[in-house]
Amino acid sequence: MTQQFGGLTAVSDFNVRLKNNRIAGLIGPNGAGKTTVFNLVSGFYQPTRGTISVCGKPTAGLKPHKVTALGVARTFQNIRLWNQMSVLDNIKVAQHGWLDYGFFQSVMRTRAYRDCEERIDREAKDLLEIFELENYANDYPTNLPYGLQRKLEIVRALSEKPKLLLLDEPAAGLNSKDMRELIRLVRWINETYDLCIWIIDHHMDVMMELCSEIKVIDFGQTIAEGTPDEVRNDPAVITAYLGDDNI
Amino acid sequence: MLRKYSVQLILIALGGIITYIAYQELVSLYILTVLMFMGVNIILSSSLNLVNGYMGEFSCGHAGFMCVGAYVSSVLGVLLFTKDKIFGAPLLNPDLAVYLFPVIIIIGGIAAALFGLLVALPSYKTRGDYLAIITLAANYIIISLIQNMDIIGGSRGFMGMKKVISNMEDVVYLPWMVIWVFVFTVGSIWILRRYVSSVFGKGVSAICQDEVAAEIMSVNTNKIKTITFMLSSGLAGIAGGLFAYIVGYVNPGSFNILKSTEALVMVYLGGMASLSGSVLSAILFTILLELLRPLQIIKWVVIPLILIVLMQFRPEGIMGNRELSDIFPKLKRFYRFK
Repeated sequence: MTQQFGGLTAVSDFNVRLKNNRIAGLIGPNGAGKTTVFNLVSGFYQPTRGTISVCGKPTAGLKPHKVTALGVARTFQNIRLWNQMSVLDNIKVAQHGWLDYGFFQSVMRTRAYRDCEERIDREAKDLLEIFELENYANDYPTNLPYGLQRKLEIVRALSEKPKLLLLDEPAAGLNSKDMRELIRLVRWINETYDLCIWIIDHHMDVMMELCSEIKVIDFGQTIAEGTPDEVRNDPAVITAYLGDDNI
Repeated sequence: MLRKYSVQLILIALGGIITYIAYQELVSLYILTVLMFMGVNIILSSSLNLVNGYMGEFSCGHAGFMCVGAYVSSVLGVLLFTKDKIFGAPLLNPDLAVYLFPVIIIIGGIAAALFGLLVALPSYKTRGDYLAIITLAANYIIISLIQNMDIIGGSRGFMGMKKVISNMEDVVYLPWMVIWVFVFTVGSIWILRRYVSSVFGKGVSAICQDEVAAEIMSVNTNKIKTITFMLSSGLAGIAGGLFAYIVGYVNPGSFNILKSTEALVMVYLGGMASLSGSVLSAILFTILLELLRPLQIIKWVVIPLILIVLMQFRPEGIMGNRELSDIFPKLKRFYRFK
């Protein structure tokens, strides 16, 4: 797929096939177009050329909330939790794509409404318990430590029951202890849930440890792909990151 | 048990007392009218709070939708139930007015909700200041339309609603207006409360806090915006219909930007995203307006001044993002309002 903004080609001829139950990585220097790739996959932009499909279903022309319902969930580079809403509500509102009732039923408080609210409440509480956030259920996200905010965002994305989980720089701003925690968390999610994880990050040690395959892009072009070790020793990657030494 | 129904009991008792007072004419008509305006203002401020407070958009054309409701329900009432110079003989038996009055008011609300699309559709792509300009434009479009429709009086205004009310009183003698204003006020708050406390309605706050995150997290933002704008303007239409029947006369000039500003003042005085704040401030504001009446036009110097002082010293309003039960948690033991 290709994405152009006016005359600028942000991502060109990007091609990827993600396999279930695997952790894939996407790296590249600043401005390489990594987040643009994520924005394309999550339906935020429509590709100028090319197609994206999730589990065989094309996402062309779908609004982002529909793409999410198809099974793509994501986190953001800069944490985007709803800060004036409790932790529990953050999870609950993310279930909008799975509500069995509409406006009139919410006003009339019908049976469907009550059943659905009850189910969402139970599921959200269960999820918070699994990820040991239940003690913060009634707090506002801003009052959580930074590492837990990152974690909550991942849990919120996971609550969408995704087939593909996109993590956009999950390790950004974390200290080394939180980073170990994050690696454990992502591994655990990968082992426990039936989904595919795709990570963007600048922390090479995190990427090397987690990913089974990595793609490297620079100025929108794919410059290398393969296992972490292959990528690490690829001359094109070293040039992209450290610059050409023949200046 | 008592906790579950305490609010209902209090409301029924309150409604009963007010009706009794009006029926026995224990207070003057003036005080009664002020009480009814209070109800209208409560609907106005709480419905505007849905857009300005909960959704975080800035609507400054609320009076326009009120105008639609006022005209639609007035014209419908006069057309159906009274002998009028222009519309001729009543289309239905005037005695039916007793039963159909709430239907007429609700039809006015539905018409206003449809005009709400005037703002809802642009809101898909526009927000913030630009959407505020659109709401202002919507207000002017509606007023100018009505000013240029001669069949309903144009800018001279429209009257005859008092006859509908006296028809109703001929059938069963009760203070109908007082009863219906009370019922619609309680009903509006109840609908709003239920909407914003459901997971579905919390999508409105999600849009306010981070629209991009909301859309990515499976919230159908366009749908929520449409419903929210239509609900808000629909309730404004109901308030307008009631207003028209209380006064017995409407003209487009009374729904201009000044009226919209009044609604805004009430919302900001009460506090954003707080229904109890809106109710409280509507009551205070109505009383304030009446107390300042001797000042006449100077009133409109004093009230904006109060707003400036408020923004300086308490920008979050009286309640600001909190409900009565958040300030007095003990109240939760006595009531549950859902």
